Amino acid sequence: MTTQTEIIPYTVETRPDTGLYNAKLGVWLFLASEVMLFGALFSTYILLRVSAVEWPHGSKILNVPIGTFNTMVLITSSVTMVLSWASLKMKNFAKYKLFMGLTILLALTFLVVKAFEYGAKFEHHYFPKTSTFFAIYFTLTGLHGLHVLGGIVVNSYFWGPGSKMWLTDPTRFTNRIEIAGLYWHFVDLVWIFLFPVIYLL
Amino acid sequence: MLMRWQLAYPGEPLPVIGKWFGETRMPEGVMLPEFYNQLGAMHGTIMVFLGIVPLVVGAFGNFVVPLQIGAPDMAFPKLNLASYWFYVAGGIVMLVSFFVPGGAASSGWTSYSPLANIATMGQTMWLFGMICLITSSLLGAVNFITTIIQMRAQGLTFMRLPFFVWAQLVTAFLLLLAFPPLEAAGVLQLMDRLAGTSFFLPSGLVVSGQVLKVSGEGSPLLWQHLFWFLAHPEVYVLILPAMGIIAEIIANNTRKPLWGYRSMVYSIIFLGFLSFIVWAHHMYLTGMGTAISAFFQATTMIISIPSVIILSALFISLWGASIRFSIPMLFALAFLPMFGIGGLTGLPLGLSQADIHLHDTYYVIGHFHYIVAPGTIFAIFAGVYHWFPKITGRKMNDILGHIHFWSSLICMNLIFTPMMIQGLAGVSRRLYDGGVGYAHAQGVLQWNVVMSMAAWTLALFQLPFIINIFWSLVKGAKANDNPWEATTLEWATPTPPPHGNFLTTPVVYRGPYEYSVPGNTKDFTPQNQAEVKYDNAD
Repeated sequence: MTTQTEIIPYTVETRPDTGLYNAKLGVWLFLASEVMLFGALFSTYILLRVSAVEWPHGSKILNVPIGTFNTMVLITSSVTMVLSWASLKMKNFAKYKLFMGLTILLALTFLVVKAFEYGAKFEHHYFPKTSTFFAIYFTLTGLHGLHVLGGIVVNSYFWGPGSKMWLTDPTRFTNRIEIAGLYWHFVDLVWIFLFPVIYLL
Repeated sequence: MLMRWQLAYPGEPLPVIGKWFGETRMPEGVMLPEFYNQLGAMHGTIMVFLGIVPLVVGAFGNFVVPLQIGAPDMAFPKLNLASYWFYVAGGIVMLVSFFVPGGAASSGWTSYSPLANIATMGQTMWLFGMICLITSSLLGAVNFITTIIQMRAQGLTFMRLPFFVWAQLVTAFLLLLAFPPLEAAGVLQLMDRLAGTSFFLPSGLVVSGQVLKVSGEGSPLLWQHLFWFLAHPEVYVLILPAMGIIAEIIANNTRKPLWGYRSMVYSIIFLGFLSFIVWAHHMYLTGMGTAISAFFQATTMIISIPSVIILSALFISLWGASIRFSIPMLFALAFLPMFGIGGLTGLPLGLSQADIHLHDTYYVIGHFHYIVAPGTIFAIFAGVYHWFPKITGRKMNDILGHIHFWSSLICMNLIFTPMMIQGLAGVSRRLYDGGVGYAHAQGVLQWNVVMSMAAWTLALFQLPFIINIFWSLVKGAKANDNPWEATTLEWATPTPPPHGNFLTTPVVYRGPYEYSVPGNTKDFTPQNQAEVKYDNAD
């Protein structure tokens, strides 16, 4: 593995004419495809809603205060994510550990709250098959939840065992946190669209 | 092959091998309609997603692209590996689905809802398989784009990239942006099938005489939109790398620069962009408004322009050249008119009025098979003959190559031209008896036997190709590092390329196709050659 990183150029340093290192370009491309994925799902929502005979108001069925709370949680986690990357840039590893830990905790909070929300819906006998509204609600928030889970797994790795790289290759490790951050902000952004679309409108 | 037997001799038992398929599929060796449907659906899926895309993108792309841009490897080797294993997993799920209760997916490669919603378990397997394959393609696409943009050798500007690399770059963008909507659609159909939602099921749908107990209010059209948003760019995924291969081979064997390299590059970019806004021309029969069908009709006509530019540029490249009729060049030359037929027969389909007659007939089958079979597959053969010496250090046998080429060319035309004739007569593509029961099909039924004979002959004549590969591996004439006297970077490394591809980091000084430069002592100038010796240096 070390031999491969030696022969492949621009894994750590940026290529002068493009101004990017490989992984940064890669993650932007990946996010572009994610935009298309969620774009298709949002289009589905629009099409089904426009053609529906009646559409329930999300705010009457769903719990808006809890949704608002979760929105704040995710936005805060984006802030701590940036702070953790900034700490690495300032060579402060202890602070990185703190902020990255906070990011993971906030993400877990989001998922736990979400789980209680799902539980409450099931208790009221609201299932994906109940109506198209709930089909959309469960599918979109569920898929978003999987993305959050993915983010938690990646971030936990960088918080725990992955952080050893800080000692051997600090620049590369900082880059890794940067691209993990890019992904995390995207997941956050999806929720910022999801919340008004499903809960409020 | 099995399908063609059924079409040529409907209801007659298949000799010998018919017994192998068991009572549930072919009792007494006679094919059941359900099994025909499964074969039809899986033929489409396997050829497109497991056959051609992995071959042109996965195999040629992975080997040739890093070499042509002077890179030591792909940008993300581990991602490449992950992509490969997702592909294997997807393939296994697809094949295993033939053996689950109810058999494989049988709703066509398009898997239209609501038919696919009520299909047997094979459809669920199909969806899981597709999601694996999509993931594989996405990872691959990210890797290709990053590699091409980030790892070009010093001096290799974008306008010095070989055309094949451009084709791969555009293809990767199509894969990257067109596949996710299908992934979304796959997730929604899975929800429909497993969680009982009705994204694609309208209210009051009647199946087998009973109203389906679902919440309803879904839209079957939605599936079609999401599916074709992928699947139209997908056909360009099939053909663009093929064009790339052909361009390389034509430039090399005509000993001339490609005519209009820049306009070809701009065309292919434009083609990639346009392919995202033509998808609804597959859906003229869904009762869309005239305004919308006029829009998609217009974009469909426009998209033929860049394709024709590329094809014309390739034709003009032949003008006045002293052509080397090597085996790869023969395939490339055959590609041009075959792709021309395939492309031009597509135009009537793009016009909504003509499409109403031709929709879902064998004409459509003939049209796209002309593009992917003598088009893309010939390009794949050409690529194999062309790059074989680079991979193995030995040339392939010419005599076997000639047998393979001429027989394939004749058989392919015998298979696909009659399809057009049948299609114009109005024979539907989905009849498992080949149209025996229909009055309007009677006049063209005899072609079924011709097509089936040609198909089996074609299969037989692939043997020389397979024998050729193995024979040449051991006994083929030894080839040096640059047996075709080509200019692009993949010929500047030792054969076979060592780990890391290049012995010294290559530097590029010139464009990709400097052949027969006037006054030059040699008729080709490799891209990495700094200085040129002229005869009449003054």
